[in-house]
Amino acid sequence: MKDMKELIKKLVEAYGPSGREEQIREMIKGEIEGLADEVRVDTLGNLIALKCGSGGGLKVMLAAHMDEIGVIVTHVDEKGFLRFAPIGGVRPLALLGGRVVFANGTVGTFGLEKREPENENKVPDLDKLYLDVGAKDKASVPVGVGDVACFQRPFADQGDRLLAKGFDDRIGCAVLIQVMRDLESSPHDVYFVFSVQEEVGLRGAITSTYGIQPDLGISVDVTGTGDTPEARTMAVSLGEGPAVKVKDGGMLAHPAVKDLLIETAEELGIPYQLEVLERGTTDAMAMQVSREGVPAGCLSIPCRYVHTPSEMVDHNDVLNAVKLLVALLSKPIELS
Amino acid sequence: MLLGELSEAFGVAGCEDEVRRVIIEAIKDHVDEYRVDSIGNLIALKKGTGESELKVMVAAHMDEVGLMITHIEKDGNLRFRPVGGIDDRILLSKVVLIGKDRLPGVIGVKPTHLLKEEESRQVVKVDQMAIDIGASSQEEAEKAVKIGDYAIFATTFCQLAEDGLRTVKGKAFDDRAGCAVLIEVLKERYPFDLYPVFTVQEEVGLRGARVAAYAIEPDVAFALEGTICDDMPKKKDVSPSTRLGAGPAITIMDRSFIADRDLVKLLVDTAEELGIPYQFKQPGVGGTDAGAIHLAKEGVPSATVAVPCRYIHSPACMLSLEDLENTVRLMKAALGRLVTRRFVD
Repeated sequence: MKDMKELIKKLVEAYGPSGREEQIREMIKGEIEGLADEVRVDTLGNLIALKCGSGGGLKVMLAAHMDEIGVIVTHVDEKGFLRFAPIGGVRPLALLGGRVVFANGTVGTFGLEKREPENENKVPDLDKLYLDVGAKDKASVPVGVGDVACFQRPFADQGDRLLAKGFDDRIGCAVLIQVMRDLESSPHDVYFVFSVQEEVGLRGAITSTYGIQPDLGISVDVTGTGDTPEARTMAVSLGEGPAVKVKDGGMLAHPAVKDLLIETAEELGIPYQLEVLERGTTDAMAMQVSREGVPAGCLSIPCRYVHTPSEMVDHNDVLNAVKLLVALLSKPIELS
Repeated sequence: MLLGELSEAFGVAGCEDEVRRVIIEAIKDHVDEYRVDSIGNLIALKKGTGESELKVMVAAHMDEVGLMITHIEKDGNLRFRPVGGIDDRILLSKVVLIGKDRLPGVIGVKPTHLLKEEESRQVVKVDQMAIDIGASSQEEAEKAVKIGDYAIFATTFCQLAEDGLRTVKGKAFDDRAGCAVLIEVLKERYPFDLYPVFTVQEEVGLRGARVAAYAIEPDVAFALEGTICDDMPKKKDVSPSTRLGAGPAITIMDRSFIADRDLVKLLVDTAEELGIPYQFKQPGVGGTDAGAIHLAKEGVPSATVAVPCRYIHSPACMLSLEDLENTVRLMKAALGRLVTRRFVD
């Protein structure tokens, strides 16, 4: 099996909160150079690469989002401390002790206001936190209102298990890139969409799907697991294979797409799991209701600690997701 | 003042007819075409000089938050629900005007003399309130009011300060301020075809803008707004959202969209070069028609520019005519420079 770690490390360490995907987009553009017949960036900033098929197939859209969660500066106070608003699902417990980095390289960490004794053991609201970039006063703050930061955390390789910020959804981007590399021939016109602004409402997927009008849509994104101590019950574990989505908080996967993914995994003899996610959704939700409707599903990479600076995935799940998608795209597809 | 007429017009979401009539009167001699679409948006066209191929949509919403009558009690009291976001705490004892005939009523309140200590600390919920129109029975009330009738706050427009910020007071500055700005902006001719759109039902989910943008398919869009301004003194050094008198507020990100960076740069560069004061709205709060427009079809680069308004979504808002006029100046100048779309390297 090929090793994808080098590609994954590069992608996860890149900067790219929602709305500020220009750096990660350039990086992905570089990675897919020469692999597509057509590459374009649409109005919202989605990177769309088309690999033309040999004919007779479907128009298939694969989507993984480039953006990650982050924070946006809302106010700089007189002493040079910053207030901020979340971009996407940012939770206070995931911020304290962490670091974020701005597009210009400025690094900040989070502080917490003093709390009354009765609140000391409660999770603080985000407006009780501030961002400290080490400035001595307002004039020396190197960023301003509207500037955006994402987590800063190096990639860690522990063999099968990988730790990083931003697996949501750079791991999906890595899968798409590897599929582009490995896919030798396909009857289908395959649109690889590296989407923007997923974390703030699937916005890139809404416009890109409208533009492409696919016959079949599959998103590749992370999902939660139930394999940690006292976890919320969920029948997905790290390392047991990519997860075929049955439903999540925003969609019911099209049964034919779900079955297609399952059949392909079984034909290949690779492990897979079935995913029922209670909260959260993916770009596939937006694809499903585009125009007159698109049969859509999702192949998920199981991931622990989603939306923290240290998310964890299993390398084998990633490799198996690539194998599954390459096999799926290499054969004719009939959606029953 | 046109802003006064717009402010006093009756136009709760879903019932924008009166505002639309006022606006048509104000724009009909300044645009090449106008039409009302199926949902009620007023869509105008001001043809360009032919210099640019762009289609530019500028939207301001006609609707305001208000009330809808939902039930008539045996005693003639009217039960109601808010249309759009209204804080329960601002409703008690307010005078409202019901229906197109503007039947006056008062949202009843228990006298302070009779309040138990515990009650005085509680917020009365809207479903416990009723509008009193002075009727003594259900039959009498039904002669004047029907279920589904809308009500607005009975607020007259007036100027509070002749100098300085030239502050005015009125209702519905969200978004009659934006309408007033757009009416001025469309009087000029630009290099491109300008589609001024006065939208409906923004306050209940950006509904008018969604269908208008779908129909127009603009290359670029702006939403003009009256926005949150929370600049009263505070204990903590945190964002005031916007400040009255500090100029037009440019949105970078709110709950509904992330503004196109090229358009933000165009607005900022224009303001700086012309010495027009401007501010950034506190990111992360509120939402505007741009939220619907930027997702139309294959996507539309969009931005929002707003006049800061204190106490929005309440019976009495306040804005500075200086801010309003500076918003007009900024929009006219920025649109005049908008020929190509990409400005950020």
